[in-house]
Formats: sequence, C-alpha cells, structure tokens
Amino acid sequence: MNKIVIEDLSLQYSDGTESLRGVSLGIRQNAVTVLFGPAGGGKSTLLRCLNRLNDLTEVKASSGKILIDGENILDPKVDVIALRRKVGMVFARPVVLPLSIRENLTYGLELAGERRRVKLDEAVERSLRLAALYEEVKDRLDDPAIALSGGQQQRLCLARSLVLQPEVILLDEPTSGLDPISTGKVESALQELKQDYTIILVPHSIQQAARTADFAAFFLQGELIEFGEGKSLFTTPKEKRTEDYITGRFG
Amino acid sequence: MKHLLARNRHLVQRIGFTSITMMAFATVFPIVATVIYILIKGGPAISLEFLTGFPHDGMRAGGILPAIIGTVYLTLGTAVFSVPLGIAAAIYLSEYAADTPLTRTIRIAIINLAGIPSVVYGLFGLGLFVLFLNFGTSILAASLTLSIMTLPVIISTAEESLRAVPQAFRTVSISLGATRWQTIQRIVLKEALPGILTGVILGLERAAGETAPILFTGAAFFLPRLPGSPFDATMALPYHLFVISTQVPEMPIKIQYGTALVLLVFVLTMNLIATIIRSRARAKRQW
Repeated sequence: MNKIVIEDLSLQYSDGTESLRGVSLGIRQNAVTVLFGPAGGGKSTLLRCLNRLNDLTEVKASSGKILIDGENILDPKVDVIALRRKVGMVFARPVVLPLSIRENLTYGLELAGERRRVKLDEAVERSLRLAALYEEVKDRLDDPAIALSGGQQQRLCLARSLVLQPEVILLDEPTSGLDPISTGKVESALQELKQDYTIILVPHSIQQAARTADFAAFFLQGELIEFGEGKSLFTTPKEKRTEDYITGRFG
Repeated sequence: MKHLLARNRHLVQRIGFTSITMMAFATVFPIVATVIYILIKGGPAISLEFLTGFPHDGMRAGGILPAIIGTVYLTLGTAVFSVPLGIAAAIYLSEYAADTPLTRTIRIAIINLAGIPSVVYGLFGLGLFVLFLNFGTSILAASLTLSIMTLPVIISTAEESLRAVPQAFRTVSISLGATRWQTIQRIVLKEALPGILTGVILGLERAAGETAPILFTGAAFFLPRLPGSPFDATMALPYHLFVISTQVPEMPIKIQYGTALVLLVFVLTMNLIATIIRSRARAKRQW
C-alpha cells in the first residue's frame, strides 16, 4: 500500500539551484525506499518537501501535490508542526542539540505536551533500543550528548526522531560520516524499523542503496529517471542512464 | 652586493618586528599606569566612613555614599530599560527579520546610534524625557537617556551571539516539531546567553561611567539624602568626580582620587564579571 503519493511535483529555489521537475512517485508503507543519484539531483530537496522543512528555505516556485494518507501536505492550511511529528528526519551530519542525551530524546515529546516522567522515561528507553544504542548509553543518560562518538550521535539522532513515534522516517545520508561498523548498525536498525515505519533513505553510496533498498528511485538533475523494486533496478535497470550510473560510468 | 641586500632585509624585518611589539606594549602601558597611579593617590582616602558616609563641609570631607548608591541606581535603571528592549531587538534582527530595505535601515540606524557623542544623548534626554515627558531631572530620565546610549552595544553584541549559534540546531529543532519561538527559547537563547550577558555588562559598564548623558537629565550637585523614588535626582560617581575636581575650590586631592578609585573599581569589577562569564562559556561550549 502506498503511504505517500507524490504527484507531478516541481520546485525551484530562489537562487536557481537544485530543483525538482515533474516528479511523480508512490512510496510504499513498511518498506525502505531509496532515493539515489549524483549530487544536485533533487533527492534532499524531495526529502525536505516531505516534512515541509523547505518552508525555511527560499523557494521560488512549487507545484504539484504530496499526499500522505491521502492528505495533500503542501496545502498551506496543513498543520506543519503535526506533520513534522508524523514525518521524522535524520540529517547527514549528526546534529545533537546542546543538551543531555535524555533531553535530546525528550525534547520533541515535551514540546508536544508530554510532561509525565514515566512516559518520557519509557519513550527514551524504547527509542534507544530501536536505534540499537540503549546498551551503550543506559548508564549515562544525563551526560552531554556531544560526548558521544559520531556513530553514537547519529543513532541518537535516529532515536530522537523515533521518540515521537512518527509514521515516516526521512534519512538524508545518515551514515556519510560514519565508520563501516556504525554504518552497519544503522542499516540493520533500519531493517528492523521498516516493520513499523515507512522509511525513505538517501544513501551515501550506490552500494548502500543496493544493500538497503526495497524500492529505489534514480534521480538525475531534478528528474526521476527510473523507479522500481530494489532487486531488479540494481541488477537489470531499464534505463540506459540508470545503468551508466550504477556501473560507474558517471557520477 | 646581493649579500648586503639580504642582510639589509633581515635588519628591516627585525626593526619592523621590534617596533610592532613596542606598540603593542604601548597600548597596555596607559591602562596599567592609570590604575596604579589612581590606586596610589586614591588608596589612602578609602575608609569605611568614605564608602558609607555623606559628604560634608561643602563636600571637602566625609564620604561619597550618595554618589555610589546613585550610580548603582542609574546602572540598574538603565538595565531595566535597555536589556529587555535590546535583547528583543536582537532576536528580531537575528531570527525573524528578512533582509529587506527596512531591516537594513534599522541596522544602519543602530550602528550610527553608537557613534553619537554622549553629550548629544544628554541633550536629547533633556528635551524628551525631562521636559517633554515631564519626568524632571530624575533617575528615571537619566536611566532612559543612558538606555538609549547603551542599546546599540547590547543589540549588536546580542545579535552577534545569536547568529553564532549554529543554524543546524534551529533546523533540527524545527524538524522535531518545535515552533520558531520554542526553538529560540529552548535552544538559541540558552546557547547565546553568555555572549548576550557579556554585551549587556559591557554596555552597562559604559553607562555607569558616563557623565554627559546624566548631566542635564538626572545628576545632582549635592543631595543631603539618598533619592527616595525614580523621580528624584541623584548624585552619581562620574558627575561627583567632575564636580569635586572642577567646581569646588580647595578640594582635598585625596578625595578626588579616592572617588576616581571607587568608580574605577566599580567599572573594572563589571568588566571582570563579563570576562569570567565569557571564558567559562567558552570552556563549556559544545560546538
């Protein structure tokens, strides 16, 4: 079942950089959908449309629709705060807030009005377990989050977006700064998470795309070139340009 | 010939380097010399009576308590107006204002405000607060005048501190369902606070030491009692120093330097507090 339906989405930034042209795409529930392609292809822009984070940037023009559960989230009347609780995001560089580990996790929940200590503690533990970080930090939840290693920080960021029990998780090159072991931990966490969530991942390499993708979408200069099941797309691409990119002829 | 040139270049470099070093020391010298000189000349004047007593014998004897209290009142009064207004303006400029002709005009106005001579602020305060708003020569009028003078310092340092907070914190906070204002309250202000405080203290310190802006707006030559309300005039250290140095004949020089010493200690203490806040924050900073 499609959780998200993108219909003819176009977008242009005010400074004329990276944009999207007529992208239409259905994103399946409880699966990992990978958006890949060379830099400047529009992958991050698309991610940032899905939780309206692009509201913070200067966008010149946009058209088209993004339907999540049938509701067009680009509608100006949409409650963006609620949307962002429903669509969580993990960024390329792990950005922990200048707070303790625990506070990083409870931040979003407290903003959402949760005050009960028991609920907050539960949520902290649950999200840390989901992000495969609990065992490593359970004894020092009140330490500053910045003291964690890069890989731990990124899993903390993942846990932080999970705390809000979103339905969709957006990940923008979440492992670009991590060593292979930390990367492996994040990737296997994603495989667990897709049971309950809809996951959209911009991978940091084609290898990662091939490893993680249930579905894959290839973007080139703002256009969606090819979309299909991960298995077939990476072995038998239909488009010449997809094949050229996957086999390393450009990129 | 070539050899000679090379040696020459070396010599030129040494002369240049030495003179730069000497100039660096030259900037420190006046500060150190002033402090030591005033300490030596004014130190003997300091006593419990000097700090807690009223002046008598036409201010040629006794203490300077009313001037000390007056300066404290004026500094606090200035803080009451300039701190909230200055921080609010900085938040607006850093977090909300888009880059439009209007905000550019505001910025230019703030920069120019900092360049206005303090006596002009004094005249402006006389016109607006003392006469037009009818506050009279009072702590209120003087504090408001000092506030206007202090605002540019507070606004520009606060804006700088706010801008120094990484943009990524804001993006992350928004992505977790925070509004802009929640993000400012919970993350941005907290991180910028030490920088803002430093600016506030430096601004207030300047206000505490100024004479010209309070000259026509709130400073009294001599008062037999402490001010009882914001609508009373007050004695103040810098103005008192001016008065006893120029307006009172046969003034004991010891008292003049004693007063200068108290003012200097007052201002330097504020400076020290600002420095401590800044270096602590720098050590604690996590980004």
